Amino acid sequence: MNMWPLLGVALVVLGFARRWNPVLVVVSAGVLSGLLAGFSIAQILALLGTSFESNRALLLYVLTLPAIGLLERAGLREHAQRWIERLHGLTLSRLLIGYLGLRQILSMLGLTNVAGQAQTVRPLLAPMAEAAAMRESPGADASTAAQIREEARALAAATDNIGLFFGEDVFIALGAVLLIHGFYVSQGIDLQPLHIALWALPTAIAAFVIHALRVHLVTRAMARRARAVQASDDHAAA
Amino acid sequence: MTMLQLEWAYAALALLLIGTAWLNLRQRHWAQAAFWMVLAALFASGHWVLRAQQSGHAQPAQIAGIGVLALALLAPMMRRVDAGEAPLRLRQLRAGVLGHWLFMPALLIPGVTLLIALFGADLHWYGTTLFVAAQQTLMGLAVASLVALLAAWRLTRAPAGAVLHESRRLIDTLGWAALLPLVLAALGGVFEAAGVGRVLSTLMGDVIPTTSFAACVLAYGLGMVVFTVIMGNAFAAFPVLTAGVGLPLLVRLHGADPAVVGSLGMLCGYCGTLLTPMAANFNIVPVALLELRNPWSVIRAQWPTALPLLVFNLFALYLLAMR
Repeated sequence: MNMWPLLGVALVVLGFARRWNPVLVVVSAGVLSGLLAGFSIAQILALLGTSFESNRALLLYVLTLPAIGLLERAGLREHAQRWIERLHGLTLSRLLIGYLGLRQILSMLGLTNVAGQAQTVRPLLAPMAEAAAMRESPGADASTAAQIREEARALAAATDNIGLFFGEDVFIALGAVLLIHGFYVSQGIDLQPLHIALWALPTAIAAFVIHALRVHLVTRAMARRARAVQASDDHAAA
Repeated sequence: MTMLQLEWAYAALALLLIGTAWLNLRQRHWAQAAFWMVLAALFASGHWVLRAQQSGHAQPAQIAGIGVLALALLAPMMRRVDAGEAPLRLRQLRAGVLGHWLFMPALLIPGVTLLIALFGADLHWYGTTLFVAAQQTLMGLAVASLVALLAAWRLTRAPAGAVLHESRRLIDTLGWAALLPLVLAALGGVFEAAGVGRVLSTLMGDVIPTTSFAACVLAYGLGMVVFTVIMGNAFAAFPVLTAGVGLPLLVRLHGADPAVVGSLGMLCGYCGTLLTPMAANFNIVPVALLELRNPWSVIRAQWPTALPLLVFNLFALYLLAMR
């Protein structure tokens, strides 16, 4: 058995750890693994070219950017923030937990591309999350505020991912369930796709509960941190 | 024959990238301009390259491979470009005028995608179907982007130049991070062909104490996590690990329910996806898109959810597979 191609994996780990440019690291690792597996340069080039072209759909979200850019130019983010500031009942945790549930349900119905990091998080969810986080941290100084904003945006991105992953696998007609089903058929085991999807349901519920709980705790910790900064400022002033 | 092929969406994307390259060229950002130009060429030629490959002509695919190498060499040369956003005062002023109307085009993106995903397959135009069934959500996203653009343009009455300028601003914000999901998919293709997965699962099979069901569950579940972290994709890890560990040890040796093994194995892999920079479209692209300073911010926001969920999955696999 030829173990040399594993060096490609090692190169990826090393490259990410040393913070080399990830695109360069990944392509180099592909060339290295291919060479060590005994492919010719021509074969590796064809392999790289074909897999790249077959996966062009991964970049389709870029098509949403012209519309989002125009709306941002006209103040979409500023308006979303001002709107959230007025809605006092909509706390950061309610906003994110509501989005999590919605994203999971949409994904369960197979509607995975309806929302996403480009489609909904950048133009809508992230600015709303920032505004809600700011409202809940009055009196934070500039550096704490910048940190809280950044954390709120990252948490919005994380919430979108978690909602997508742990909803998608319950849907029977695409993605994970079909892959599992197809794999077992190729091994001579024929299962009902519905059966496979049902076993993902407990995890979908657990993902909602765990992440909702975390969002609740993280947002409370943010507000507490802002209050601590304010208290120490008041103390210094006195 | 269907009217709307995904190829049209890729062609539109190529045009957008050419425009971005053009603006960078005018400002003498050479590396940026070359990068977007090569990417545009790869997107415009994709259909033709794949068809040639299927009919046995490897040369176009090899040229595409050279394009991928060129992108990899250009990526480290790209510097952050400040494309110039409209001033904050002006944005606030415009927002005050347009108000909630601003949400309308933004919501058209999910809304129209949803409609086409649900009903696109039933749409006909003089006897030809409008959408290919397997592509209709992706095609829906493309059509929705166009509809939203037209609505946003109409609403904001922006000059035509602003459309290109704003697209370029966001595409340059993404920079090389936009490419990472694609080259990672290509890396997965090479790993698969080089047999990286088979070697790893054989090595694992040698060290697991196979008589213990709990040990096999742990090896399979954690193996899915580790493989997903390395490959960046649970779908790539699943066939390798299920063929190597899940099927021979859990299902055949211990008699576990294959539906439970498959489902929860995949879900363990998803916990791995939340932890790895290799899952670039979920964990690195948002860093660029949301302009976060720390490249690990999204993963940092995810791991405290991923780990308890992984523990849940392992217990569920252990308890449910042997009912």
